[in-house]
Amino acid sequence: MSSFLSGWRLVLAFVVSLIVIPVAGLVLNWVDRFVSARVQWRKGPPFYQPFADILKLLLKQTVVPRGAARTVFLLAPLVGIAGMSLVAMLLIFSNSGLVVAQKTSFIGDIIVLLYLLALVPLSFIVGASASRNPVAAVGASREMTLYLGYELPFVLALLVPIVKVARAWDVASALRIGGLVAYQQQFGPFLYSISGVIAAVIVLFTIQAKLGFVPFDIPEAEQEIMSGVLVEYSGAPLAAFRITRAMMFVLLPLLLITLLWGGIRDWWAVLKFLLIVVLVVLMKNTNPRFKIDQALVFFWFILAPLGIIAVVLAFIGL
Amino acid sequence: MKDLRLWGLKKSPWVYHVAAASCNNCDIEILELLTPRYDVERFGVVLVGSPRHADALLVTGVINRKSLPRVLEVYEQTPKPCLVIAIGTCACNCHIFRNSYNAVGPYDKHIPVHAYIPGCPPKPEAMIMGVVKALSKL
Ligand code: SF4
Repeated sequence: MSSFLSGWRLVLAFVVSLIVIPVAGLVLNWVDRFVSARVQWRKGPPFYQPFADILKLLLKQTVVPRGAARTVFLLAPLVGIAGMSLVAMLLIFSNSGLVVAQKTSFIGDIIVLLYLLALVPLSFIVGASASRNPVAAVGASREMTLYLGYELPFVLALLVPIVKVARAWDVASALRIGGLVAYQQQFGPFLYSISGVIAAVIVLFTIQAKLGFVPFDIPEAEQEIMSGVLVEYSGAPLAAFRITRAMMFVLLPLLLITLLWGGIRDWWAVLKFLLIVVLVVLMKNTNPRFKIDQALVFFWFILAPLGIIAVVLAFIGL
Repeated sequence: MKDLRLWGLKKSPWVYHVAAASCNNCDIEILELLTPRYDVERFGVVLVGSPRHADALLVTGVINRKSLPRVLEVYEQTPKPCLVIAIGTCACNCHIFRNSYNAVGPYDKHIPVHAYIPGCPPKPEAMIMGVVKALSKL
C-alpha cells in the first residue's frame, strides 16, 4: 500500500478525487443542460451556471424539518460524496497508465467498487427517510425498488469481462480492475464481441438509472412527487447531493470505458467519454418517464435475461 | 462574502410557483416563460418542485381566508434569503375581488413582497422585466 500511495501520489489522489472530478462533473452538468436546451431548440444556460447554483446553495440557509433525525439528515449527503471520491480513486488509479504506474489495484477491487457505487442510492434513501416527509418516503421507496431493479443486470454485465479474463488467465487477475485493463490492452476491448456489446448496452441503461435521468427519474419525479427524495433538502446538503450526482456523471461513463472499452489509456478515451455522455443526454431528452413497476419489469425481465445470455456467451468465448 | 451570495442569488434564482386561488391564467403564463420561446433558463431560472429549493416565490391569485395560512406556511418553509414576486393584478391589489367577503387583502399585508407585476394576466416579457428589476434592486 505505502509503496504506491505515498508522497505526491497521495496528494494527487486527493486532488483528483476531491477537486478535479467534482469540477469536471459540474462542467458536464452544464453540457447536459446545454445539449438538452439545444434539443428543445433553446439557447440554454451559460457555462458557469452549475457553479453559480452550487455557490448559491452553499451560502443559503439550511432548514432541518421539525421532527427529522437531525444528524442522519445532515450526514447522509456526505456519505454519497465520500463513496464517489473513493470510486474516483479506485477507478483512476487502477487504470494506471494515465497517472500512476502498475500495481495500483488489488484483488477484489471490482467488488469493492460495486459496494461503493451502492453508497449513493443508500445516502439518498437514508437522507429521505430521515426527513420525516411522506413525499420523501415515497421517493425513498421508489429509489430502493429502482436500485434492486438495476443492480441485478448490472452485476451480470460486470460478470462478462470477469468471465472472459478468468477463462484466459486466472480468477485473481479477473477480479482486479487493473487485470481487466491489462487484458484489454493485450487482446482488444471487450466491447468488440457479442457479449461485450450486450454488457455495454446494459451498463448504459444502468448509468441512466443510477444518475436518475429521465426514463428512470422515478424517485425524483418532479411532476408527481415534487423532487421526491430531495424534497426536504435545502442549502448546503442539497449542494452536496448535486455534487454527488455530478461526480457520478463523470465516473459512470469512465467505469464503462474502463471495464468494457479498453480502459483509460490514451486520448481516445476522451472521445469515447464524450460520446457516452452525449448518448446518455440524448436518451434523457427523447424519452418519457417509466412507472416504477415498468422500470422493474424492464430491468428484471428484459435486461437481466439479456445479461445471462451475455455471460453464457462469454463462457463460450464469444 | 456578501457579494458572492448576491452573485449566486442573481445568477441562479430558482422559482417556486405558489398558486393561491388564482384563476389559473397567470399560472399558465408563468409556464409559458419556461417554453423555448422565452427560455428563462438562459438566466439560470429553474422551476423547482419544492419550496425548500426555492429562491423566489411566484405568488398568483387573490389571497383569501383559506389560502392565507398555506401561503404563510410555504413562505416560512422557504430558506432565506428568498424573494416574493406577486404576479397578476389579483396578487398585487386583489383586482375585482377587492370587496369580496373572502378576500383578506393583497399579499404585502401579510408577507414582504419584492416585486409587483400587474396585468391580467401579465405578459411573459413583463414578468421577466419584473424579476430583473427585483434582482437588480437587491
Ligand atoms: S390577475 Fe387575472 S389572470 Fe391572474 S389570477 Fe387574477 S384574474 Fe386570473
